[in-house]
Amino acid sequence: MANKQKTTRILIAGFGGQGVLFVGKFLAYVGMAEDRQVSWLPSYGPEMRGGTANCSVILSDDPIGSPIVDAPDVLIAMNLPSFQKYQDAVVPGGAIVLDSSLINEAYARKDITYFALPATQMATDEQLDGLGNMILLGKFLEACLPTSGELIQKALAKVVPAKKEHLLAANQKAIALGRAHQG
Amino acid sequence: MAEKVLMKGNEAIAEAAIQAGCRHYFGYPITPQTEIAAYMAKRMPKIGGVFLQAESEIAAINMVYGVSAAGKRVMTSSSSPGISLKGEGLSYLAGSDLPALVVNVQRGGPGLGGIQPSQADYFQATRGGGHGDYHMIVLAPASVQEMASLTVKGFDLADKYRMTAMILADGTIGQMMEPVSLEVEPPKVYEKPWALTGTKMARKHNIVTSLFLQPEALEKLNIERYARYRIVEENEVMYESFQMEDAEICVVAYGITARVSKNAVTAARAKGIRVGLIRPITLWPFPKAALAEAATRVKSFLSVEMSMGQMIEDIELATRCKKPVTLVNRVGGMIPTPEQVLSAIEQAAGGDR
Repeated sequence: MANKQKTTRILIAGFGGQGVLFVGKFLAYVGMAEDRQVSWLPSYGPEMRGGTANCSVILSDDPIGSPIVDAPDVLIAMNLPSFQKYQDAVVPGGAIVLDSSLINEAYARKDITYFALPATQMATDEQLDGLGNMILLGKFLEACLPTSGELIQKALAKVVPAKKEHLLAANQKAIALGRAHQG
Repeated sequence: MAEKVLMKGNEAIAEAAIQAGCRHYFGYPITPQTEIAAYMAKRMPKIGGVFLQAESEIAAINMVYGVSAAGKRVMTSSSSPGISLKGEGLSYLAGSDLPALVVNVQRGGPGLGGIQPSQADYFQATRGGGHGDYHMIVLAPASVQEMASLTVKGFDLADKYRMTAMILADGTIGQMMEPVSLEVEPPKVYEKPWALTGTKMARKHNIVTSLFLQPEALEKLNIERYARYRIVEENEVMYESFQMEDAEICVVAYGITARVSKNAVTAARAKGIRVGLIRPITLWPFPKAALAEAATRVKSFLSVEMSMGQMIEDIELATRCKKPVTLVNRVGGMIPTPEQVLSAIEQAAGGDR
């Protein structure tokens, strides 16, 4: 997974409020900064109204056909229902980045790689409450989408609104935590 | 080229409308198009424009009628059930030969239906939407960039032909974000000698109406209008042709299903199946000639739609049923997968290879 593929299909899923769409937007800006084709598609249907949210992001060197990610190369799972719902959808050889603070379930697949880290717990320990999503994102970037620190800065600057600039440092710290996580 | 920005399809429509010189927006919120109204609410007051959330969809379309009669660029937007409410207004606009831009970001129906994407308003849009003999120009974007460019085009065509142009999108294209370039050419200005701008006691007053009680006069107007429609059909057809050069199977799809189909065509090509895609960009006027030409060399057509089979009738009409057309569809807010389309292509090619 460490080599950059021509096309990476990412599905990010979790509860509403966990920052699912935010992570997706960040990844879209990473793709744009690299002059790649990108698409970002949120769930906006009844599932969102019921509390869970997901977001399809595609980064590609070629024009993107369907923006819908049914079979992700990587699933970023932020809660148990999302993990259960999408584990089987990941393509063989793909990966799941998951928050083991919230997902305590057997890994059913032998043909994919699991990157587990207790992101919610880590966020609480480091007084980064609410930034478990960015810790998972850091892990994803390290494991699945090699991205330079400079590019991460660039994308963060785009995705964190000007009036919330004071949150930049915390977001950076959270990403760094995820990137540095071993195991 | 202007720097690309990441935007939702709905926002791209709103920004492009402003760039195209639209300063009057009337609407009523409904998922999945509410971002258009939200964007207008934010931007219009800052640029001296009007954003008004009407008391209903019917009120909004009649406000559009008023501003259009005064000669200004104007728009409204809604989603399927809301467009049905606007049906009367659409007919009145046509009967009065008033230009306007109307956006339908479709959701599943009928009735209140659901809020997920659909293409089941194809008949309604391509046949006019309201009562009486008339057409709208119907534009079907398949990307966020086209949400912007076809909005600009729609305003231009509406003014040029004194017709309503409808952007027929769906929830997916409305909600998704893609990089978009918003560099828009300065809008072409059309003379509107018919507009109600005040006579300043210097000319005879204009009348904008759709009421004509003399049947001879009304018949003449209908015939004249259809002569204008013929010109639109001759000059304004737009479509994209993808891998059609040596195709034996022709997939026809628009909007989001065209993107799904493109994936399937690419996958089928990798398996050695000679298949191509015709993507209508204008649904009215429909690319009849392109399909009739394709019918002379392909073995069969697939119509990929998020409806129970609406565009398929236009394909059969355009090709005079010369070649079989198979429907590949999902409905109710479901979207066909590339695998579903691929398997239909394989079947058309004569089973798995």
